[in-house]
Amino acid sequence: MSEENKAILKAEGLTKIFSSGIINKEYTVAVNNASFELYPGKVTSLVGESGSGKTTVGRLILKLIEPTAGKIFFKGQDITDIEDRDTKKEYYRQIQGVFQDPFSSFNPLFKINRIFDILFREFEPETKNREELISQSLEEVNLNPDRILDKYPHQLSGGQLQRLLIARALLLDVDILVADEIISMLDASTKMGVLNLLVDICRDKGMAVLFITHDLNLGYYLSDDTLILHEGNLVERGATTKVYENPYHPYTQMLFDSVPDIEEKWDRSKEFIPEQIIEAVEEFYQNNDEEGYKEVEENHFVLMSILETENYK
Amino acid sequence: MADTEETVLEVKDLKAYYRVMKGDVKAVDGLNFTVRRGEILGVVGESGCGKSTLAYSLISLNKPLQHISGEANLLGQDLMKLSSEEKRKLKMKNISIIPQYALDAFSPTKKIKTFIKDMVKQHGRRADKEFMDKVKTRFEIVNLSHSVLDRYSMELSGGMKQRVVMLISSLLDPDLIIADEITSALDVTSQRYVTTLLADLRDEGIIGSAIFITHDLATLYQIADRIMVMYAGRLAELGNADEIVHNPRHPYTRALINSLPRIGIQHKDERLTGIKGTPPDLTDIEEGCRFRFRCQYRTEECDKSPKMEKTHQRHYIRCWNYESVGSDKNE
Ligand SMILES: Nc1ncnc2c1ncn2[C@@H]1O[C@H](COP(=O)(O)OP(=O)(O)O)[C@@H](O)[C@H]1O
Ligand SMILES: Nc1ncnc2c1ncn2[C@@H]1O[C@H](COP(=O)(O)OP(=O)(O)O)[C@@H](O)[C@H]1O
Ligand SMILES: [Mg+2]
Ligand SMILES: [Mg+2]
Repeated sequence: MSEENKAILKAEGLTKIFSSGIINKEYTVAVNNASFELYPGKVTSLVGESGSGKTTVGRLILKLIEPTAGKIFFKGQDITDIEDRDTKKEYYRQIQGVFQDPFSSFNPLFKINRIFDILFREFEPETKNREELISQSLEEVNLNPDRILDKYPHQLSGGQLQRLLIARALLLDVDILVADEIISMLDASTKMGVLNLLVDICRDKGMAVLFITHDLNLGYYLSDDTLILHEGNLVERGATTKVYENPYHPYTQMLFDSVPDIEEKWDRSKEFIPEQIIEAVEEFYQNNDEEGYKEVEENHFVLMSILETENYK
Repeated sequence: MADTEETVLEVKDLKAYYRVMKGDVKAVDGLNFTVRRGEILGVVGESGCGKSTLAYSLISLNKPLQHISGEANLLGQDLMKLSSEEKRKLKMKNISIIPQYALDAFSPTKKIKTFIKDMVKQHGRRADKEFMDKVKTRFEIVNLSHSVLDRYSMELSGGMKQRVVMLISSLLDPDLIIADEITSALDVTSQRYVTTLLADLRDEGIIGSAIFITHDLATLYQIADRIMVMYAGRLAELGNADEIVHNPRHPYTRALINSLPRIGIQHKDERLTGIKGTPPDLTDIEEGCRFRFRCQYRTEECDKSPKMEKTHQRHYIRCWNYESVGSDKNE
């Protein structure tokens, strides 16, 4: 395998079970046994409906939360249980999250230039031409340094803060960028610009991008690989063109059937009831006797039966 | 189509502004259109272009929004001249709205039954036994079981809640229903269900006609008979849905369609750019075509406001240069 085909991040059987309630504990399996890889210079989109576990997957690989089971490998090294501060810091130095609600990523008491100061002090204390680098990265994300740097986070829009986080990723030249539903905050006029920029950065700098979205049209436009999440299960994954052209799992099929297309209208004579998908998926698992994932074509995998969640309780 | 067909709503040069401290926000500024019986008229445009304001001006004109001039004739009665009492009588029966934020108004700990009663009150009507009986018969149409009435709203998915909202708004078989962004907060599968449901309700004669408002042109195209494209408080283009989507004339409509991501187009093959620039501030906005600052076809004439022109087959456009734009195939 050549160097560029090597995954920068590998998730193996990643599982997250949330528990709530003190006396009567309730468990939510947010992510169940998800395995996937992220590659340098490639955009991977993670698609699913609300509550399917997308944000949890993002937070797991950002190491903001710990998995209940499963492993994460970064550059071949198992980083699932790292405790050591320096190793952890080194990982945080290489990965950047951009969230749906970007306000929580900023200290509200610091102006933006102070935030950049701290960033350099923490990660790149040796850097001399800081101002130049900051201006450069801000301009790359279409922000005017003069109008941004002496502002507090609350004086900026959600879209501007998201672009600031992308600028931060550029400055640190991170290996992995996780963008979680960032479009809703972006104004229509800057939306495509920022999304194109994301892919350009990914290609030019060899960054791996995990693009979390519920917008299938956008996922197709931006991504090389696609992961489809349904109720915590990664039901289908592979090259974007293959997954979209030849969806195999009943859930993926229903999802694609729902996409509004300006070339071909929905077939309204066909009954379409979202709740029925639960039964259809169960039937699918029962009516085949294959285990786990099946490679239906090269680089296109489909979940044929639910993978057992490790006994947690 | 014959000219004799019935018009449910006729909007004539309607102007409704927000009268606020900083001046007049001209969010609906001279709209002309009709809604015919049995049709779904789609209204599309970028956020802030005045779509919701149009809905409010027809159904609940409250301060600081003010009617400036023009008419909105619903079955022959000018809504702009009616007292609030007279308007209340029309609500739900003649004109009804599926509000944009009804889903957020659901208190998680309220029973659906209670929510329905509250919503009906807001519409200025009573939820008596007869009314609730009818609610039950309508649940089946939207694929919900009666037991949902006794469930708490937190137990229902967004899509199911939206169905409840639609069912209530259409309960008295309104001649005209206004659906404002009813799919924006939903998952894709529910978006298809809810959109299709609107068309089904029309097909079954439960609702007479609909104005379907959304920023999502692709969804709108699935069920709209005609589409009105709005830009900065004004009509840009109005015509048959297929004409608008597949043969757009107005530079704004063209830009809107060219910037739509869709399956089949990948970043590496074709670059979607979106529409450069931002819509103008609608406060005390001056004379002239409002799209000219972002338009690649801008000429000197565009500093004057274009008139609404009828091209063919009842296709309306407000643009000085649509004829030359229409023949420009290399974009
Ligand atoms: N901190 C948490 N505690 C308990 N449950 C959670 C927590 N975070 C997420 N969940 C649950 O996990 C599931 C997946 O959530 P999430 O990852 O946010 O989905 P998505 O981003 O796809 O909408 C949901 O059922 C959600 O309620
Ligand atoms: N209460 C208000 N006071 C002043 N301006 C308002 C008010 N509500 C909306 N506007 C302005 O009116 C314009 C149209 O808004 P709206 O009708 O909500 O647009 P849309 O529904 O197309 O997104 C916007 O510029 C908006 O800022
Ligand atoms: Mg999420
Ligand atoms: Mg609106």
